[in-house]
Amino acid sequence: MNHRYFPHTEEDKRIMLKKCGVDTIDALFADIPEQLRLSRPYALGAQMSEVEVRSFFRRLADNCRSLACFAGNGHYDRYTPAVVQSMIARSEFLTSYTPYQPEISQGTLQYIFEYQTMIARLTGMEISNASLYDGATATAEAMILASGNSRKRPRVAYSSTLNSAVVETLSTYARYHGIDIVEIPEVDGVTSQEALNALLAEGTIGGVILPQPNKYGIIEDFTGVAEAIHNAGAMFIINSVAIDLATLRSPGEWGADIAVGDAQSLGIPLNFGGPYLGYMAAKKALMRKMPGRIVGATVDNQGQRTFVLTLQAREQHIRREKATSNICSNQGLMALFVTIYMSLMGDKGLKEVNATGAAAAHHLARELEATGKMKLTYPNHPFLNEFEMTTSIDTETIIDALAKVGILAGVATAPNKLLIAVTEMRTEEEINRYVETVKAL
Amino acid sequence: MKTYFSPSHEYLTIDEEGNGYVGISDYAQKALGNVVYVDMPEVGDEFEKDEDFGAIESVKAASDLIIPVSCEVLEINEALADNPRLVNEDAMANWIIKIKLTDPEEVESLMDLDAYNEYLATNPH
Amino acid sequence: MNNKLYDKLIFELSRQGRCGYSLPKNNYPDAVGSIPATLMRENEIGLPQVDELTVVRHYTNMSTNNFGVDTGFYPLGSCTMKYNPKINEEMAGNSVIASMHPNQPARLSQGALEIYHTLAAALSEIGGMAEFTLNPYAGAHGELTGLMICRAYHDSRGDKKRTKVIIPDSAHGTNPASAAVAGLQVVPVKSLPDGTVDVEALAPLLDDSVAAMMMTNPNTLGIFERQIPQIAEMVHAAGALLYYDGANLNPMLGIARPGDMGFDVMHINLHKTFSTPHGGGGPGSGPVGVRAGLEHLLPNPRVVKNEDGTFDLISSPDSMGRVSSTLGNFAVEMRALSYILSLGSDGLMEAGRLATLNANYIKESLRDVYELPVDTICKHEFVFDGLKDKSTGVTTLNIAKRLLDYGFHAPTIYFPLLFHESLMIEPTETESLDTIDSFIEVMRQIAHEAVNDPEMVKSAPHTTPVRRPDDTEAALHPRLTFDEL
Repeated sequence: MNHRYFPHTEEDKRIMLKKCGVDTIDALFADIPEQLRLSRPYALGAQMSEVEVRSFFRRLADNCRSLACFAGNGHYDRYTPAVVQSMIARSEFLTSYTPYQPEISQGTLQYIFEYQTMIARLTGMEISNASLYDGATATAEAMILASGNSRKRPRVAYSSTLNSAVVETLSTYARYHGIDIVEIPEVDGVTSQEALNALLAEGTIGGVILPQPNKYGIIEDFTGVAEAIHNAGAMFIINSVAIDLATLRSPGEWGADIAVGDAQSLGIPLNFGGPYLGYMAAKKALMRKMPGRIVGATVDNQGQRTFVLTLQAREQHIRREKATSNICSNQGLMALFVTIYMSLMGDKGLKEVNATGAAAAHHLARELEATGKMKLTYPNHPFLNEFEMTTSIDTETIIDALAKVGILAGVATAPNKLLIAVTEMRTEEEINRYVETVKAL
Repeated sequence: MKTYFSPSHEYLTIDEEGNGYVGISDYAQKALGNVVYVDMPEVGDEFEKDEDFGAIESVKAASDLIIPVSCEVLEINEALADNPRLVNEDAMANWIIKIKLTDPEEVESLMDLDAYNEYLATNPH
Repeated sequence: MNNKLYDKLIFELSRQGRCGYSLPKNNYPDAVGSIPATLMRENEIGLPQVDELTVVRHYTNMSTNNFGVDTGFYPLGSCTMKYNPKINEEMAGNSVIASMHPNQPARLSQGALEIYHTLAAALSEIGGMAEFTLNPYAGAHGELTGLMICRAYHDSRGDKKRTKVIIPDSAHGTNPASAAVAGLQVVPVKSLPDGTVDVEALAPLLDDSVAAMMMTNPNTLGIFERQIPQIAEMVHAAGALLYYDGANLNPMLGIARPGDMGFDVMHINLHKTFSTPHGGGGPGSGPVGVRAGLEHLLPNPRVVKNEDGTFDLISSPDSMGRVSSTLGNFAVEMRALSYILSLGSDGLMEAGRLATLNANYIKESLRDVYELPVDTICKHEFVFDGLKDKSTGVTTLNIAKRLLDYGFHAPTIYFPLLFHESLMIEPTETESLDTIDSFIEVMRQIAHEAVNDPEMVKSAPHTTPVRRPDDTEAALHPRLTFDEL
């Protein structure tokens, strides 16, 4: 066969086999015991032309509903500037390897350095790593860091208001890694500070993970929390949706030791689950305990500014089982994505995105309450662009009715709870359609 | 003053008062190359013989520091925090921690300089 | 040609008052003002202020300081840097899928779930496994998930004493690191001089405290572990599971399946074997497969096909748990499926053979000047132990850096740890004889230079955008953000 990805002509193969001293390619596999050899072709169908591949994916995409997205729950439909998609498609970025050879990887290393700077500034922390897989795994990594930081305080506490997928993920990591995790209960939709203080008093908590905003979209008040946590010898970890930090008090301003979360909100398309980007920023004292790659500045032997992977002694390829984490990759290209996004948007753009989404979200919340079919579950707490409604109609009924008019109503977190997010992407017409449809139910 | 060595290349020097100074051998610093960081324990920490008490890093390698005898940490060498390369300059002079031995008889299990040199000569590393 | 202005850091190009975005106007009354001041950010962020063209020129100039598969050949052992087909990118950019929220209900996302299920089924066929999850985000994440599945298996039988994992000393560094994150204690097993597992050394290590054994096959020297049926039998007899690290799956395409070799759990790196781009370090994807009888342990949520042909998402308390917030790096999964469809069964049957032919051809063409420590037929990769002539003082690092001057990426160096001057070469099936011959010629040229002009090789690279960096300074005085420059 001659496939367009395989350059070997029959003549090429003959020359190469001769050099190898064998007559057939299969002779190169003579060392594999016969009973292990695959004796039939894969049951996968014959190769497709590009025309056929396109129609295959078109058929499947046609079998998905394209809906105006009012769902959030940690991931949001955000505006992506045309420049970002165009730049990240450059093959020098897209098809490059991990930058182990700095002399021919300055493009990658420099954007990671820019990324680290932007994430450190956005979170109000001193340093950032080169990115992690997603917000859930980043939070699990922070848990491991906090638990291992002190022999006397190996337990990690998290708020019950933390996003449920994040909680499930860190519970998995905790269960196998052997970390004793404990949930801090909530009162009226926010973390119970009384319960937190009682836990801290036990003297065995090494880290506390709190969400900002929380899983109901509520902005929690952490006044005095950092002091309480630090007095107990524990680390304060804040999990946030990255873009919200342009408007809300940053983890650094709250006195956190580690800031983690998902950075998908910085313009990355939803893509039915990814790729997204987990971020982790911290105080500089923790730099040698960070998981993942870190880029630093140095000079080359001509004195030019040069960027390199640094602090590698933390990593798996050197420390093996003693490494701070098993992480080998970062989300490279997605770090470039959000770096270009933040370059274009600047402080002003990020704040405007948040303000536009928040204004529309508050409008929608008022209008939906006015229908009498649903009300805010926690009306006494501030929110930005996401809020939870308690509905008098089954949420699945609401979701199906709105899907019929081209709208994804939100995320049903219970049969009568609907989590709704509004971003700058939602038009006045879509918001009106949402309200009118609910009214008619 | 008497100096002992462990198979993992730490040395232990005992002073007149019976206190110990733990560092890495000259062989170990050469094998590591340019030291860029020494991760040290805190004063007051207690260790059982053969536990990790820290780590020492060069650019492309890292090695756990293994305590040659059971002890309590009396002092850490703060100079190494600012200038870890002191270990390369003189590994024997630049100890990492000063300790109080909690079971002084454990030194019997360690090598003296001659035995250590013999060990280096006969063990491939 | 690089422009030095645009090559600066983006922060150095920032000017107060410039702006690079457009947003729809806000139609509603302000809401941010109603949030209490104590909850609001006080300090400026300090993001750059730049216009659109400056951003475009800056990142375009930076990209030209990078090497990629589209630029040239990566002889990078264990990394399988094959061509990343353009059709995959086009398919991954599907605008309907791009706008789909991960929590969009299954009944409204049937096509996307079918993409997931189709890829998972294809990987099951290729791996000889019963079912795959695509949720893990990368190879190391797949290893971690796979080892957690092994632990969940023993837990489900009420067997709590299995706390160890056996890993060959030639293994990738992620193996022991993943084991540690999964709460398992690593027990190394020695390799024979040819890099294969020492079965005699393995036997006494196998007892009822072992949860699993991890293996790469072919191993990191590119050699097929011929004893694998016996090893599988020994591991299973001890009640443990056998784990397949799929980093070296490429040469097995069309040749042999891990499931048929006796492996119980495996991961695949879609960014290696299935042609998805490395993206300068990610995003990757690390699907995990299990043999029949272990499916219920796969991570939540699982995509299943109903009898009526529809697809569903299920979560089960029997599962090992959740390891990701979503169904994995979905756009990467779409690329891999596009690749599998493009190659088809007939193309996949060829890939491993051609990769193996390429590797053996390079090995045979260079063995007279480079030291070949294990002289046997290799699979997709092999290891040289530096130059044959050891008198020149030219090291593997020097050779790697000199290759950059000639427009090739460096091979994997100083791994595996079994030799002092390891230089690990893997050409994939997408490299032509012309490319490979030019690589061979350059490798011979460097060997020649090592004798005639060793300083030239030792001081390489000479023609790259930057020269050798001072790694010690970087680690001694870490400067990790623009604020620290």
